[in-house]
This record gives sequence, C-alpha cells and structure tokens, in this order.
Amino acid sequence: MVTFDIKNLNIWFESTQALKEVTMEVLPHEILSVIGPSNSGKTTFLRMLNRMNDLNSNLKMSGEVKFEKEDIMKIDVELLRRKIGMVFALPLPLPLSIFDNVAYGVRMHGLAGKTRMAEKVEEALKQGYLWDEVKDRLTESAFKLSGGQQQRLCISRTLAVEPEVILFDEPCSGLDPISTAKVEDAMVKLKEKYTIVLVTNNVKQAARVGDRTAFFLSGELIELDKTDKIFTAPKDKRTDGYIRGKFG
Amino acid sequence: MRNPHRTQNIAFFFLLVTTLLIVVPVGLIVVIIIQKGLPAINWQFLSDVPRQGMRAGGIFPAIIGTVYLVSGAIIFALPIGLLAAIYLSEYSKDNPLNRIIKLAIVNLAGVPSVVYGLFGLALFVIFFKFGASILSGSLTLGIMILPIIITTSREALESVPQSFREVSLSLGASKWQTIRHIVLPNAVPGILTGTILGLGRAAGETAPILFTVAAFYLPQLPKSIFDQAMALPYHLYVISTQVPNVDEKIRYGTAFVLLALVLFMNLIAIIIRTKFRKKKKW
Repeated sequence: MVTFDIKNLNIWFESTQALKEVTMEVLPHEILSVIGPSNSGKTTFLRMLNRMNDLNSNLKMSGEVKFEKEDIMKIDVELLRRKIGMVFALPLPLPLSIFDNVAYGVRMHGLAGKTRMAEKVEEALKQGYLWDEVKDRLTESAFKLSGGQQQRLCISRTLAVEPEVILFDEPCSGLDPISTAKVEDAMVKLKEKYTIVLVTNNVKQAARVGDRTAFFLSGELIELDKTDKIFTAPKDKRTDGYIRGKFG
Repeated sequence: MRNPHRTQNIAFFFLLVTTLLIVVPVGLIVVIIIQKGLPAINWQFLSDVPRQGMRAGGIFPAIIGTVYLVSGAIIFALPIGLLAAIYLSEYSKDNPLNRIIKLAIVNLAGVPSVVYGLFGLALFVIFFKFGASILSGSLTLGIMILPIIITTSREALESVPQSFREVSLSLGASKWQTIRHIVLPNAVPGILTGTILGLGRAAGETAPILFTVAAFYLPQLPKSIFDQAMALPYHLYVISTQVPNVDEKIRYGTAFVLLALVLFMNLIAIIIRTKFRKKKKW
C-alpha cells in the first residue's frame, strides 16, 4: 500500500500558485528527498501532507492527497498529525524541560500514564540518538542543549507519539556538519520503522540519504526517480542543471 | 564647519533635558506627598473611622472600600478580558468586523472615566436597580479596565512565538490544548502585568465611582455588595474640596495612602515582569 497518493494537487496562496498539478506517490519505508530552489513549492508540498497548510487561511487547493487510501481532508486533523510527524527547519524545542518536550505529544493524546511515560520518553530519546547525552539532565530546560542536540530532541519528540511518517523540513539548515551527520544517521536508521519525506536545500544531503529524489521547480514536479538515477542520469535538463549547481 | 561630535552632544543634551522634564514632576509629586503625608500616618489613621466631620480620626472605611471595589472589578474584568483576548488573538479571523472590534477595544481605553461613571449610573444603578452599591461600582470599574486587560493580554498572547503553536499542532495537539499548555503559560507574565496595571487604574479613579458607589461620609464598613462604601480617591476629593478646615496633614496622608497603594501594585507588576523575563527561555 502506498503511503501517500497525490493526484493533480494545486495550491494557491491568494493569487500565486505554489503547486501545479503535482501527481506522485510516497512509498512505505523509503526516504523520499525533495529538492529544488527556494520558492519551488517543496515546503508547501511537505506542509500539505500533515495539513499544516490549514493554518494559512489564504490558501486554496484542488486535487487530492490520500494517506493510506484515505483522503487527508476527511481524516481528523489531530489524528492525521499524530500519524504524520514533522521536524522543522530550525530546532524548535518547546519552552519546557527535556523530558516534558518529549512527553508533550504523548500527554496531549493521553497515550500513557505516569509510569509508562518515563519508559516512552527514554525509548523516544534512544531512537533519536540523544539518550546518552541527556539521561542525567532530563529536568533541565531544552534550551540548554546545543543546536544539534535540540534538533535530535525534536526528532525524539516526534517519535514519541509513534507516527508512521516523519516529514523533515530542511532539518539541518541551522546545523554544523557534525550535527548534520548525526541527524542524517538518525534518519537512515529510522527508515526501517518509518516513512520519511525530507525537504532539503542541500543537494548532497539528498544524494546521501534519499532512496528516491523528487525535483521541484516553480511549483511543478519536474522529475521523480531513484536517487542514483537523478544524480547520474537525470531525464530532464533542468534537474541536471540544478544538481550541478547551475542555478538555485 | 560641521562637527558631528558636537551635533551629537547637543542632541544628547536635549534628549536628556526632555527626559528630566518628565522625571522631575513625577519625582516632585512623590516627594511632596511623602513629605507632607507621612507625618499623618500612624496606626490610628489607618485603622480608625473618620471623626468630627472627617476633620479627625482615620480613613479605614475608605481603604477597605477601595480594596473591595478593586477586588470586585478584577473578579469581573479578568475572566471576561482574558477570554476575549484569547478569542481575539487565537480564534478570530482577520476580517473587517474583527478589525473593527479590535479598534473599538483600543479606543475604549481612551474614553474619559467620567463617561464610564455615567454609563455605570444608567446601566447598573438605575436599569439593573443595583442602586449606588459596591456591586455597581465594581462593575463600572471593571468595564473601565476591561480594555486595558484585553489589550495587554492580547499582546502577551501574540508575543508567544508562532513556531511554538506550530510545533504543538504538528504533534497532533488540538488548538485548545495548544493554547492551554503552550500559549497561556508563556503569556502569564504579560497578562499579570496588564491586570495589575488595570488594578492600579481602578484604585485611583474617582469619576467612575462618583455616581455608582462612593459615599460622602459613612463611618462604618459595608456589610454586603449592595451597600455603599467610601473609597480613597473620592474621600480625598471630598476632604480637599467639600469639607472646610480639614487639616492639610489628613489630606496629604490620604493622598499618601492612595499613592502608596497604586505604586505598590505597579511595583508588584514590575517584579513579576522581571522575574519572568529572567526565566524566559527563548
């Protein structure tokens, strides 16, 4: 069963069209990288999948996005967002302790009582490869962590609500190369359990971690193929130009 | 020849002078009132009822009256103001009607307090038949400080970063959960500050209580919210203008107590704000 089935998706912000006739699929347990220059619509595409675009009242859409065969507009939005987690471009800890950050989503959904909570938090932090670094300071403010640690905290926080899909919106744009490598490691390992859609400005990152890569330009999906193919023998000249750094 | 350094010094000088022009009168008011009022302050002045046609005795009923009125105003205005602020900042869409509502609330803060007094007289005292009572006075003061509470609370709510809301929603929290667990806790200092500023305003105003509650001379404590009460600002007005031959000491003593009460409330607001600002984590 495909994870996302997207057909003829158009999105407008007021009069500007952000996405044009996008038709594609996202497959289970893959890392799908989405690349493209700024304003290519890749973030709009990502925020469509968990309906974060709903927050913008100027937005209009047509077409269809199905999550596991169900129209996402018909799924209860809170449930949809629990199943489809999101990690943002900048590390965005909530102004809470490390523990409470991870526990936040679980509490909101009433998924665990007090005793189970500690286990859940530990489990999530281990999956986010952060546990060893923070296990002795769980009650400290999350803002005391370094940028890279904060981003892994955000990943753990997303994992704690046991999603099926994780959307990454340029998750390493604010991080140094070492922190980036750690986040990428985490993503590759997470693939076994989750489907991942990764929007990135970093073409090399897409090449390193993506199973398939989609190239967006001016709101259109230009090309979607196996990452190897996109980077060795792209069908479209514009894809070739972008990955060689000729524009964007 | 132009000398940027000299120009800068001149500019600094004028900026300093204008700033001092603001600070000096404020300082003088406080100094004069302390100087003339402090000698009047003693236990009897604070705890006794006015005697000999308010020319002797204390101001205890006026202090208690003001405390009742301010408490009543806040009990009424804080919940309504906070809920309205939450609606306006979190739920209302950006459309002409809501923009008009927001503008109206801001303008309401500028309505002269005597107009609130007349409004309170017409609505609470006469129409609802509460009479001149603590209830009428509290409601009138409450309505007067509503715009302050709504505006400051709204600003406090809106100053919570949008990204926190997005994170919370992206984890599948509902909008209300997001407001309850993320937005409100981080807006508390701003809301408290606004509330206390509103309290200070309510404690100091004379006009709104003039027609709705204030008793000229009532040397006993109110027994229920339907009783009239004395209040500090009105009492000060009365002994300064309506009663001849009141000792200056008593007038300034009353002013001192009122000023101390209001400054004390503002001080609490400042302490809360700095305390939370230190704790602010983003």
